Formats: sequence, structure tokens, C-alpha cells
Amino acid sequence: MSMDELSIYLYVIGSGITVVVFYSYIVYLYRSEKHGKKDYEKYGKIALDDEIDSTPVETNPEPVNKNKE
Amino acid sequence: MQSNAAMEYDYSIVKLYMWTTVIFGIVGMLIGVIIASQLAWPQLNYWLGEYGTFSRLRPIHTNVVVYGFMISGIFVGFYYSAQRVLKVSMGESKLLMTLGYLQFFLYLIAASGLVISEGMGITTSKEYAQMEWPLDILIVVIWVLWGVIMFGLIGMRREKALYISMWYYVATFLGVAMLYLFNNMEVPTQLLSGGLGAWYHSVSMYAGTNDAMVQWWWGHNAVAFVFTVPIIALIYYYLPKESGQAVFSYKLSLLSFWGLMFIYLWAGGHHLLWSTVPDWVQTMASIFSVILILPSWGSAINMLLTMKGEWNQLTDNPLIKFMVLASTFYMLSTLEGPIQAVKSVNAIAHFTDWIPGHVHDGVLGWVAFMVFATLMHSAPRVFKREIYSKSLLEAQFWIQTVAVVLYFTSMWIAGITQGMMWRAVDEYGNLMYSFIDTVNVLHPYWVIRAVGGTLYFIGLLMFAWNFFMTATAGRKLETEPQFRSPMA
Repeated sequence: MSMDELSIYLYVIGSGITVVVFYSYIVYLYRSEKHGKKDYEKYGKIALDDEIDSTPVETNPEPVNKNKE
Repeated sequence: MQSNAAMEYDYSIVKLYMWTTVIFGIVGMLIGVIIASQLAWPQLNYWLGEYGTFSRLRPIHTNVVVYGFMISGIFVGFYYSAQRVLKVSMGESKLLMTLGYLQFFLYLIAASGLVISEGMGITTSKEYAQMEWPLDILIVVIWVLWGVIMFGLIGMRREKALYISMWYYVATFLGVAMLYLFNNMEVPTQLLSGGLGAWYHSVSMYAGTNDAMVQWWWGHNAVAFVFTVPIIALIYYYLPKESGQAVFSYKLSLLSFWGLMFIYLWAGGHHLLWSTVPDWVQTMASIFSVILILPSWGSAINMLLTMKGEWNQLTDNPLIKFMVLASTFYMLSTLEGPIQAVKSVNAIAHFTDWIPGHVHDGVLGWVAFMVFATLMHSAPRVFKREIYSKSLLEAQFWIQTVAVVLYFTSMWIAGITQGMMWRAVDEYGNLMYSFIDTVNVLHPYWVIRAVGGTLYFIGLLMFAWNFFMTATAGRKLETEPQFRSPMA
């Protein structure tokens, strides 16, 4: 098999894998939401409600300096 | 740790970087105006001996605007927004504050060293990587310090989820670290030769085509991880916050993130189309460049759709104007780049004025507009003062928008004309035009570019004045504005 042929096969396989990986990720994101495992859109609120004393969207259970609080 | 009620975000380091953004912006863009004028009127090359020539000033322009203005603006955005989205104050850790100050002062030394050394003509001659090895080492230290601070803040955070901007900041850190180290692998000549040459001089560890490929792997990814990734981090925080609208689709932001990360790293070879690098590298770079439209437009469309139902804000808030136009210019330049990376188009575009035209519609329209919005949104919160003048901000927006349009349209026309003239042959296959023929034809467009650059610089001075007055004389605010930035 020549380098040209090999590169054609690699491009086709590579493109196929890329398409599958990214579409799978989209499906994963939507299915996680549909089955109630994750609500991705709630993270958008992090930028809006960003006061230091406001309630986090997801509280970090173990901040490094929690012992001092 | 202090009690939450008494705690505030600490903006000491934000303030320092704000001033370097403004100062380096003025220095870098003034030099840009000078060299644009030198191209239009070559006699301007001789005004300061060797120190005033185009060849000496051009790397200073690119390095100061990229590593002075943009990086400072990115650090403003990081030190401001990372604290807020992680809900942790820099002031809660003396170590992080100390490292933050250290990072800033080392950055000042590196930036000053850059200007002085390049002014003296000391350079590795590699695009966007002109700094010699002592400065390279300093840059690595600065970058590592930034990483320590970033991951330190992440470790202390109260908000468990990392907001999408943080993903982009982390990617900036990792991407630049990897690329910078590989591209700046160099051998100090004096050490290797047993005492010959200057102590600061070095040669690349790679040779010939390999050097070119590594260089443009870095060069294009400097565009990716300095002009794009951290600027997306800024817009994902500042546009929702200023408009009061959550990002349109968080899922799309995640998909675009991974798309951008995967695809960008392969596209650098498009700078070497029609050169001596292997053909498959060129084809691969060309293909990945075209695919790059998808994640780029994913982010940009996500930003524009964030304004859905709130487009009225575009008419009465100049900061929204800056950010919406920034995403629009991002769309324009991420469509234009892939078009230039198509091999047949590149055969005309390569080495022509269309290339700086493309760079500048991206950096002036997208990057700098986002940096202006970042500083002006942060200023009322950092200085606890109202923005000094809304009308000045509006005027700056329109002047600079006209400036960018003048810049890139003149360069489009000049570039395509230039490419066509270089390739034109008569019926016997002889070249129809000499180089000076192209110079004569292109001169008016170079004048238009100089005018566009001057207008943009005038807008920058208006911004600098507005920012200075906001910091020192803006009306004092009792409470921090939640969304829209107050302006007089």
C-alpha cells in the first residue's frame, strides 16, 4: 500500500472516529439531562450569581480551608 | 478564614494588570501605527537610526500587543472572574497573594526585557517567539506561578462545579505551557561553543523544515491559546454577567470546548502551505482548519444567542456593543482563516497583505474589543466607581469599528490584488509584473490601513482616558452593581 493510499484510509477512518466521538458526546450530554443525572444548564447561573456569600450551584464539600471556617 | 459576611474579593492584582493593559496597549498600538505609516511612507524608516526601522519595530509591535496588552488583559479577566466563579477570594490565602504579586513583578521585568532586547535587535528571529533564552526561562517561571495560583484557587473553591470560563483558563495554561516549551527548545551558543558569541544568544534545537513545523505549531497555537481560548473564557463570563442572561446553552459551550481543543492543535501547518513540508502535513492542516469553523462558530453563536430576547441592550449599553461585535468579528475571522487555509486560496493569499488583514480583524475586532469590555465591566466593581463617561465609550466603539473595517477591507483588496499580480503571466509564461509594480498599485491601500490604525489608536486613547478617570474620578458607588455596569 502506498503512502497516498494509506493517507486516504487514515483520513476516512480519522474523520469517522471524530464524527462518532463528538456525536456520542452530544448524545451523552442530552441523555444525562433526560435521565435526570445532570442538569448542565444550571451551571450557567454560576456567572450571574457570583457573590462570595451567595449559595453555590453545587457546594464544594471539601474546600481546602474549610477547617478554618 | 474570615467569616463570609466580612469577606470580599481581592482585586489588588487585578488593578496592577489593568494599568499594564492600558500602558502596553498604548505602546504596542502606537508602534503599530508607526510601522503601518512606514509601509505607506518609507522615509519614516529613517527617523531614529537603526532603532526606528520597520524591521526593528515590527517584532516589538507584535510582542507588546500580544504579550503586553493581551496577556495583561487576560490576567485582569482571570484574577477578576476566577475568584468570582469559584467563590473564593485571593485574600483568603497569603501564599496565593504573595505569588500573585511575584508573578506580576516578574511579568513587568520580562515585558521590559522584551521591549529593551528587541529594541536592541536581540531576537531569535522566530515569529511570536523572538525572546532569547534568559527571557524564555523567566516566562516559564511566570507561567508556572500562574498555574500554581489557578490550581490553588480551584483547590480552595466553594463552588464545586468549574464554570466554563475556568475550563478555558486551564486550557490556556496547559496549551501555552506545552507549546512554549517545545518551540523554545534552544541551545545557548556560548555554552555550547566554549565561549563564542554573546551570552544571551541561542540557536533553535531543531533545524530546517522541522524547525519551521515546530515554529508554526507554536505560531498558530499562540493564536489559539492566546488570541482565542482565554478570550472565550472572558466572553463566557463577561457577556452573561453584563447582560444578566445566563449563557444560551451550557451544553454547546462544553461541546465547543472539546471540539476546539481537539481540532486547533492540528491546524498550524496551514502556515506552511506550498512550502517544503510534507504534502500530507499541509493537507491535514488544511482539513483541520476548515473543520475548525464548527467549534469556533459554536462558541460565537452561543454568545449571540445569549442575547436572545434582550437585544434592546445592544442599543443602550456600549459594553454589550463591544462584546456582541467581538463575537461577530470572531465569527468573521474564524471563517476567513479556514478560507485562507484552503490550498488553492492560499496559493494567492500566502505572503500577501490579506494575512495581516485577517490577523487584525481578529485581534482588533475580537480580542481587543473583549479586553476593553473586560476592563470596563470590572472597573466599577474594582474601584467602586461609576464608569466615567458613557458617551466617550460609545464614541470609542464607533471610531474603532470604522477603524477595523478600514483596516481589513483595505488589506483584503490589497492582498488579493498582490497575489493576483504576483502570479500573472503573459502568453509566453513570463511574469507580467515586477515587485515595484505591486508596490505602486498597493500604496493607496497601505495609506488606508495607516488611517485605520490611527483611528483605532485614537479610540484607544479615549479608552485610556475614560479608564483613568473612572479609576480616579468616577462617581463613588455605595453598592456593587449586579449586572449592567453603571456609567455616567
